Amino acid sequence: MKQVMNPVYRKRLLTHRIGIALSVGAMSVGLLVLAWILVTLAIKGFGALSLNMFTQTTPAPGSEGGGLMNAIIGTVMIVSLSTLISTPIGILAGIYLAEYGEENKVANLTRFVTDIMLSAPSIVIGMFVWAMYVATAKHYSGYAGSIALALIAVPVVVRTTDNMLRLVPNSLLEAAFALGAPRWKVALMVRLRAVKAGVITGVLLAVARISGETAPLLFTALNNQFFSADMNGPMANLPVVIYGFAMSPYDNWRELAWGGALLVTFSVLALNILSRTVFSQKQPN
Amino acid sequence: MNTQLSAENVVASQNSVAVNGKSKIIEIKGLNFFYGKSQSLHNVNLDIHEKQVTAFIGPSGCGKSTLLRTLNRMYDLYPGQRAEGSILYRGNNILEGNQDVNMLRAKVGMVFQKPTPFPMSIYDNIALGVRLYEDLSKGEMDERVEWALKKAALWTEVKDKLGKSGLSLSGGQQQRLCIARGVAVKPDVLLLDEPTSALDPISTSKVEELISELKGDYTIAIVTHNMQQAARCSDYTAYMYLGELVEFGETDQIFMNPARKETQDYITGRFG
Repeated sequence: MKQVMNPVYRKRLLTHRIGIALSVGAMSVGLLVLAWILVTLAIKGFGALSLNMFTQTTPAPGSEGGGLMNAIIGTVMIVSLSTLISTPIGILAGIYLAEYGEENKVANLTRFVTDIMLSAPSIVIGMFVWAMYVATAKHYSGYAGSIALALIAVPVVVRTTDNMLRLVPNSLLEAAFALGAPRWKVALMVRLRAVKAGVITGVLLAVARISGETAPLLFTALNNQFFSADMNGPMANLPVVIYGFAMSPYDNWRELAWGGALLVTFSVLALNILSRTVFSQKQPN
Repeated sequence: MNTQLSAENVVASQNSVAVNGKSKIIEIKGLNFFYGKSQSLHNVNLDIHEKQVTAFIGPSGCGKSTLLRTLNRMYDLYPGQRAEGSILYRGNNILEGNQDVNMLRAKVGMVFQKPTPFPMSIYDNIALGVRLYEDLSKGEMDERVEWALKKAALWTEVKDKLGKSGLSLSGGQQQRLCIARGVAVKPDVLLLDEPTSALDPISTSKVEELISELKGDYTIAIVTHNMQQAARCSDYTAYMYLGELVEFGETDQIFMNPARKETQDYITGRFG
């Protein structure tokens, strides 16, 4: 039986279909590009993957083979140290903003600066650390690299911590205050705890964000052709090695660049998946 | 005179009034309350008697919750809210600036409308408050947790899962957990702000039984929207309207033979 369509409803249905078509189209463009990048990376990168990549250091110009062992270890060390620096600072600053952010000029200023830092070009942060640290110490170093990356990670952690803590309902805080708990205990033992998963997610996302940063390391940790665990000297790291090797005339260098790119991309992907799992396990009420 | 609340003078005054079950524990005199510029309590005068249940009834927005929240200075958390007048708790004016609010809140506990379990285990939900003011051994703490859960009629339901998150309990159980948490710190007064409004009838009747049992040891002030509840579990009832205390007296008298016509209209459902 043919149904008689109300004209208003028919018009609405048409608008609905156009809307759906447009958003599916926009999503496909985005996904297509992403898929293209990932597929290219996988084809070229998996070809470059080998055990040597993890056991040998970066090859000298003109030599055969080689790997990324020094760069992988360098990146892990630099990123780990920078996570150790940025996590406590970021979480504490986030707590400060959530607790005192309403009433206080310093807090408002902090939040404003944090927002600027979030969108600051990473090369500017690299140059800043170069000018403040590298130029004074007169040598490039892994420490400088960690500081530069920490400067990028801190605002991410501050923002997520602040946003998460603000989700905690007042009623929960009042319940803690009603027991006679002092403010710092309420903040740490109840409020922060209620959004623990969200805060951990913020930290993981910050780690993912900094592990692929190239520009800040170019000015700070620089690079090192040899293996070095000395953070007070120049250190090899994946992003800078990829940057240098990708544009080189040597085939083995370019192949290592693809392999390194695959490694960074999948680590970031893994971190993102991990953070989502952590977050979905315990949503704030 | 030292208006600071100290453990000694609380104990002392407890002993001095032990003979008379109906002595005043809280005396509210000329209380005005302001949210910013708008006044929401007007010259409230009222006494709360020790080891009795005092119910506050009245339509939404009449100031009954506001009144309750002055008794443990909960309003202090929000800048712009302030109280004038005096509230004598065991003889000390708690509205004075030098009152230690944390000490006050440890003595005057509160349970809220919605269950608010902390994001931790059932055991820790109760132990957290106790640890704030007492240094107990593991064994003593276990006993205290069991005692509080038994008081709140929750022990049999949770005794095998004390390590589970408080959030895993049902709404009614969560609310009884919050009551257990409030009881565990052994307060002097327990303020209940519509404790059963989010609960089903069975949980509600459990909480009501609990209230009548708790009044043997504690002074209870309860805000409720439910007049039957006030009639069932309170000894004294205060009827409030538009920030004023309209009538206050023994519950039987308020419900059987109210002195004011407004009270009668509200109680019989002609208004409200």
